[in-house]
Amino acid sequence: MMKLRLAQPEVLIDINDLSELAYISLEGTELRIGAMTRHADLLASEVAAAHYPILREAERVIADPIVRNRGTVGGSLCQADPSEDLSAVFAALQASVVVAGSGGRRVVPIAEFHTGPYTTAVGPGEVLVEVRVPVRSGAGSAYEKLERRVGDWAVAACGAALWLEGGTVSEVGIGLTAVGAPHFRSVEAEDSLRGQVPDESAIAAAAALAARHCNPSSDQRGPEDYKRHLVGELTSRALRRAAARCVGGEA
Amino acid sequence: MRLNMIVNGTDVSAEVEPRLLLVHFLRDHLGLTGTHWGCDTSNCGTCVVWMDGLPVKSCTVLAVMAHGREVRTVESLEVDGKLDPVQEGFAHEHGLQCGFCTPGMMMTARWLLDNNPDPSDAEIREAISGQLCRCTGYENIVRSIRWAARKQASAPQEGHDIAPGQVVSSTLQDAGA
Repeated sequence: MMKLRLAQPEVLIDINDLSELAYISLEGTELRIGAMTRHADLLASEVAAAHYPILREAERVIADPIVRNRGTVGGSLCQADPSEDLSAVFAALQASVVVAGSGGRRVVPIAEFHTGPYTTAVGPGEVLVEVRVPVRSGAGSAYEKLERRVGDWAVAACGAALWLEGGTVSEVGIGLTAVGAPHFRSVEAEDSLRGQVPDESAIAAAAALAARHCNPSSDQRGPEDYKRHLVGELTSRALRRAAARCVGGEA
Repeated sequence: MRLNMIVNGTDVSAEVEPRLLLVHFLRDHLGLTGTHWGCDTSNCGTCVVWMDGLPVKSCTVLAVMAHGREVRTVESLEVDGKLDPVQEGFAHEHGLQCGFCTPGMMMTARWLLDNNPDPSDAEIREAISGQLCRCTGYENIVRSIRWAARKQASAPQEGHDIAPGQVVSSTLQDAGA
């Protein structure tokens, strides 16, 4: 950000020594991820992968192994790049984040966290300290990303999370990144799936809605219609795999 | 700003500008030009060094962020005139052409073999996936790392039979595996 002159801070504070913000733990019905958790540690986390395989699948395609040694979960969210992967993941998982300042702590739903490209709800004098992911039974999740080469930002990517009750979708999250989806989400696709049996036709309908309601831009990663096509295909694949995991169909 | 760190086992102290990158501190202040400066944007990986035991891209670490930490560069691989098996492997298997990516590749390879002494080809490729070789010599780099792994497995206490600068011929059998 600084090298590209997108940010020109007058003062920098190195928070790398705040090791108390580096943790992944299950507390009650929440998976809690400290903001200083390195990508490499979230990738390796058994507890995270056991509850939500989407986390490991996304981390595997975030940057590269060396960068993952340094980059943090909180840093990625706060950079708020419109193509950032975890933003779509946490949107799908219906996470919330904890923001701390001298006035105390506040919990912000992920849907209210990103206020625009490279901007977030974190105010002056505040810092993101934690991500909270609700853990509920009957869950399945998956991440599908297309990138031009290892370590690149997504051409398009979809994260899907499904919660089933009695074979039908009780709750669903569909996160999209790099394609101009408001708050990294496809609300229309989510609404179409709720209450449905997640079969091929329901998944196809949701994927079509996701493709229709995002706003990709033509750029060096591809034209707009290509990206829209990708959103449909990646959403289908993610939903299919997430549904299979709900019923224990896939490890 | 005043900074202190350990570089290749030696205490280092210097007065630096806050904006100075670790790669430039190593090269320009300490004269450790084995670490190369490439893309400057965390893509190419030629600047990889270890910080507190983990490989990092030193073009994206401010020198002052390494204050109080331990840094290891490619210059540390050779000890008392004996090459590291990774260096031997790159020599035996022609793991370098122009040599620009080599220091970063070797530092990542050393870390990989320390943590996974018998990596599969897929694991080797994954480990160096954040590093670019514009000569496109990836096949030989993978062979070089595999050579080093075999060499270590066959003679864990030895492994230094090439003198620095010595010209060697290439055969997989040299690894004795």
